Amino acid sequence: MNSLILVAVLLLLSAIGYQFGRKRALAGTGGEIRGLHSLPGYYGAYVALWCALPALLVIAIWLSAQGGIVDSLLIAGLPASAQTLSTGELSLLLSDIRNLASGDITSRTPSPMVLAAAERYNDLRSTGFAAMVVVGLALGMAGFFFGWRAINPEFRARPRVERIVHWALIVASAIAILTTIGIVMSLLFESIRFFSRVSPVEFLFGLNWSPQTALRAEQVGSTGAFGAVPIFAGTFLITIIAMLVAVPVGLFSAIYMAEYASPRFRAIIKPILEILAGIPTVVYGFFAALTIAPFFRGFGESIGLDVASESALAAGVVMGIMIIPFVSSLSDDVINAVPQSLRDGSFAMGATHSETIRQVIIPAALPGIVGSVLLATSRAIGETMIVVMAAGLASNLTANPLEAVTTVTVQIVTLLVGDQEFDSSKTLAAFALGLVLFVITLCLNVIALSVVRKYREKYD
Amino acid sequence: MTDAAMSEDNTPKELEAALEKAPETEAVKALPIKVRATDVNVFYGDNHALKDVTIDIPEHRVTAFIGPSGCGKSTFLRCINRMNDTIDICRIEGKIEIDDRDIYDRSIDVVQLRAKVGMVFQKPNPFPKSIYDNIAYGPRIHGMVAGKTDTDEMVEASLKRAGLWAEVKDRLAQPGTSLSGGQQQRLCIARAIAVSPQVILMDEPCSALDPIATARIEELIDELRRNFTIVIVTHSMQQAARVSQKTAFFHLGVLVEQGNTEQIFTNPVDKRTQDYITGRFG
Amino acid sequence: MTDIPANDATNDAEARTRTREAALIRKRYRAERRFRMYGLAAILAALGMLTVLLVSIVSAGLPAFTTTQIALDLNFDAGDIDPGGSRDPAKLASANYRGALLKSLRAEFPGSETRQGRRDALNMISNNVPFVMRDMVLADPFIIGTTQRVWVKSSADIDQLAKGSIDRTLPESDRRVDNRQLAWFEKLEREERIRTVFNSTFFTTADSREPEQAGILGAVIGSALTLIITLLLSFPVGVMAAVYLEEFAPKNRWTDLIEVNINNLAAVPSIVFGLLGLAVFLNFFGLPRSAPVVGGMVLALMTLPTIIIASRAALKAVPPSIREAALGMGASRLQTVTHHVLPLAMPGILTGTIIGMAQALGETAPLLMIGMVAFIVDVPGGFTDPATVLPVQIFLWADAPERAFVERTSAAIMVLLTFLIMMNLFAVLLRKKFERRW
Ligand SMILES: Nc1ncnc2c1ncn2[C@@H]1O[C@H](COP(=O)(O)OP(=O)(O)O)[C@@H](O)[C@H]1O
Ligand SMILES: [Mg+2]
Repeated sequence: MNSLILVAVLLLLSAIGYQFGRKRALAGTGGEIRGLHSLPGYYGAYVALWCALPALLVIAIWLSAQGGIVDSLLIAGLPASAQTLSTGELSLLLSDIRNLASGDITSRTPSPMVLAAAERYNDLRSTGFAAMVVVGLALGMAGFFFGWRAINPEFRARPRVERIVHWALIVASAIAILTTIGIVMSLLFESIRFFSRVSPVEFLFGLNWSPQTALRAEQVGSTGAFGAVPIFAGTFLITIIAMLVAVPVGLFSAIYMAEYASPRFRAIIKPILEILAGIPTVVYGFFAALTIAPFFRGFGESIGLDVASESALAAGVVMGIMIIPFVSSLSDDVINAVPQSLRDGSFAMGATHSETIRQVIIPAALPGIVGSVLLATSRAIGETMIVVMAAGLASNLTANPLEAVTTVTVQIVTLLVGDQEFDSSKTLAAFALGLVLFVITLCLNVIALSVVRKYREKYD
Repeated sequence: MTDAAMSEDNTPKELEAALEKAPETEAVKALPIKVRATDVNVFYGDNHALKDVTIDIPEHRVTAFIGPSGCGKSTFLRCINRMNDTIDICRIEGKIEIDDRDIYDRSIDVVQLRAKVGMVFQKPNPFPKSIYDNIAYGPRIHGMVAGKTDTDEMVEASLKRAGLWAEVKDRLAQPGTSLSGGQQQRLCIARAIAVSPQVILMDEPCSALDPIATARIEELIDELRRNFTIVIVTHSMQQAARVSQKTAFFHLGVLVEQGNTEQIFTNPVDKRTQDYITGRFG
Repeated sequence: MTDIPANDATNDAEARTRTREAALIRKRYRAERRFRMYGLAAILAALGMLTVLLVSIVSAGLPAFTTTQIALDLNFDAGDIDPGGSRDPAKLASANYRGALLKSLRAEFPGSETRQGRRDALNMISNNVPFVMRDMVLADPFIIGTTQRVWVKSSADIDQLAKGSIDRTLPESDRRVDNRQLAWFEKLEREERIRTVFNSTFFTTADSREPEQAGILGAVIGSALTLIITLLLSFPVGVMAAVYLEEFAPKNRWTDLIEVNINNLAAVPSIVFGLLGLAVFLNFFGLPRSAPVVGGMVLALMTLPTIIIASRAALKAVPPSIREAALGMGASRLQTVTHHVLPLAMPGILTGTIIGMAQALGETAPLLMIGMVAFIVDVPGGFTDPATVLPVQIFLWADAPERAFVERTSAAIMVLLTFLIMMNLFAVLLRKKFERRW
């Protein structure tokens, strides 16, 4: 919150800088705009940028680095007995100190060492913050004067400001790349740590998944089992069920919409169907648990079948409902992109509408339809809330849709939600699962997007 | 639109006069009439695209429709196999008879009608299937073939009649789109022939092709007229002169003049026909 | 349509082919009708599922908007509340209101002298009644020593009973309300001391373990704080990226890479963004857990591709002639974009942004990863306070076993859907209003 005030002060300073820059430029020509190289606003903007940019940049770097530096100073200042602790214990100690420093209740009664450390921690933080304020303000003032001094009527303010803006635009578009790099790095880094404890072969081909037994770091490898095959199988099962619901319903509604429906019907029904795509997944999850699962269970009972209350069937069907609009709107686009001349050709042969659709339009649209089904599959695999709320938690290697199975996303959530150390194999396993999820969905997306793009090019 | 409104008033009279002055030549007149259109009017919503078109199309001859673009040639052509049914806003009045049966009668089934009246389009539009399946498509849906040998024979015969057999007999499994433009168009003609239609409608079949491919198609058309009645829309007057026996000139939705091809090109009656064939507009 | 037959034999053959043809045609038309039916059935199935979903949620959620109150004669016993008679506000604030309440309950509910009876009596009303009494005393100390008839909130079980969700005919052991409580309730009902009022608590409090005291205000504020951060980050960055890619970027490997990357990012599962947030924002940069600022950052990364793609489409729709005109006047490229192209593209960009924000508002999974799933009873006051958001609140309540929470979960979903519908409607209106054909 305090850093926000600092930022606000800097912004205020740069607003003042804007006015000063303008004034100085105009003063140089006696108020004549014609005598200036650029419009007065550019001179103002030049000063404002000098005022705000360097200072804000330094503050951003400072804030992101401060946590780590304070921690390492704190550790360095701890008594020798604490220096020999394992990383796990150390991080526990640190979080105790931090909790104490911020006035929260700690898990253990604080020892004098922790109390002293907490005090030091608060000292370090307030010193750090004061230093940041001083440096930030000094930079802001310095920038102000530097920019202000440079201004005279011949000064080429516009190109300079535009160059800065240009760079800002480039940085903005690089954020997308940075995000991807961030995802890949964080997943890879934690997964490598995981695979240094659990062999990748066991992870990818092991049939036994029970990470919850590995409660402590010391126990890892001896009791925790990280064979992910049952999870992959569960994900696969639920995805298949979802696609079995979504593909026929989505495809047939797309065909009806694109080929048979009157414009009026389309205009009314299409937005209604798209509501399905706008409903948050947590709502579907609740719907699955509240309505669909009990329905299947009751129905199964009435015909003498034993259906688990968290059956793969219920989760899969509801996920399928969620995916319907993806399949249908993508396929609708694809079918509409089939050139009219092919329809004409088929009608002119005396084909009925359905013969034309089945034998000409669908084959022509097939690559695009396959692409949209792949995209929908990737969405189903990565979908989290529905399965978290409606599928099971325990791993179960089965192909029976009436039993409860668990999925990759469910495991990621159960492994990471709740308070635990970040270092345990349990949490690292979540990142390994995340990596698998990312790679699989990425492959599906890349294939799907390129198939769809090729298809579009063909008929453009 | 103002042009159209103007001609609406004076054309029918002029047309009648023109037809009286230019009696059809013996050759055309003596032949049995395959398609007879009487007072056909077509509307696209409020757009009156064809006005009182009356024409007879002789059997086993090539009839050419010429005229500036947008004058309604394609529209009229598409009336003959009811392709306009697929356009929602299109409304048709008047009567079109094939072998003396009104094709817009309720008892007529469009699917069967189109099997009897085939169509070839401006841009070659082979289906995204193999060459073989492109040809077999029509016979299969109409239940004209039973079994593989039957279909093989049908495909071979159709390709031969379209003059394409020699070029594609070794690559029947390849997609139809892998052929050159001219070959694709002949494939489309073969596809149309395969269901043994009586009439073949061609809408500017050569406008997307180079001169050599065009020449081949023209030859083909000349051969085909022995077995089929052909109606062709063309932009090129030379083509009309080369391939057709009867020519009809359309202008702004009105059938201005019709008659023996030679007569239309050498001795047109209407001023507009004259202007058009001498290249003064179009 | 065929030629006139030559003789009887051909006539016969012809008739046979005719009937065969007619049969085939009939078959083909049957297939046509069937196919069309499949399409219609698919659409009806999808509509049906949507209807079932909405109906089941609305019917489960509507009762949560009302709550039951009981008129109790509360005895503000001076001996419990102010034994010294000092009227000292500090002492009054921490006095024994529970004792005073228990005395009142004994008077109200015959049979509540036993331990079991006392528990039953306490379970008739919400456990916030002592606090209500304290507030009344602090507001007006003169009521000490008097007995006041006050409408107090009933417990969640009695609320369910009043709404008819508990079957009174069930055997006692299967019922959440025992016979004694039922008798009390029916007596109160006869005396018209039970009423149903609008459940304002639901909109004015944060989460609670007691269903009748739980509300969505904390989650709504948390969502608002999170979305503010999301908007502040993703809108400028998204628009700038789109402007660069559409207006300035040279067509080369690098921009191709960015393009492919953005398209793929749009399809990365949301939970992966949560893992990114956990590993980078929480563990690497040490930002606080459960804070709207972190949630906003994660959601901003997630909505960025949506905004960039929509903004690029909007920029692309501005005809090149406008750029040429501005450049021809001697404007710089940046001036052309900021003065002419961006204002024309703004409705499209805003529409895309609102849709992106609506997605972010409904997002749950990544926020679970960064700890916004904690049980938080305070309404967050700032961007770094622990908070939860509306969808996560729904997730938390969906897990609670009490029937009363099912009701509240559904009601919270209705509120969330209302927000989403409003945002989408706004986007549609915006598009309609500024729709322009060049
Ligand atoms: N599908 C259609 N919808 C609406 N109007 C059409 C359609 N097809 C053709 N028209 C209109 O009908 C008139 C005749 O068109 P057309 O028959 O295609 O001309 P031609 O083939 O002689 O160039 C034109 O004015 C055209 O705009
Ligand atoms: Mg045409």
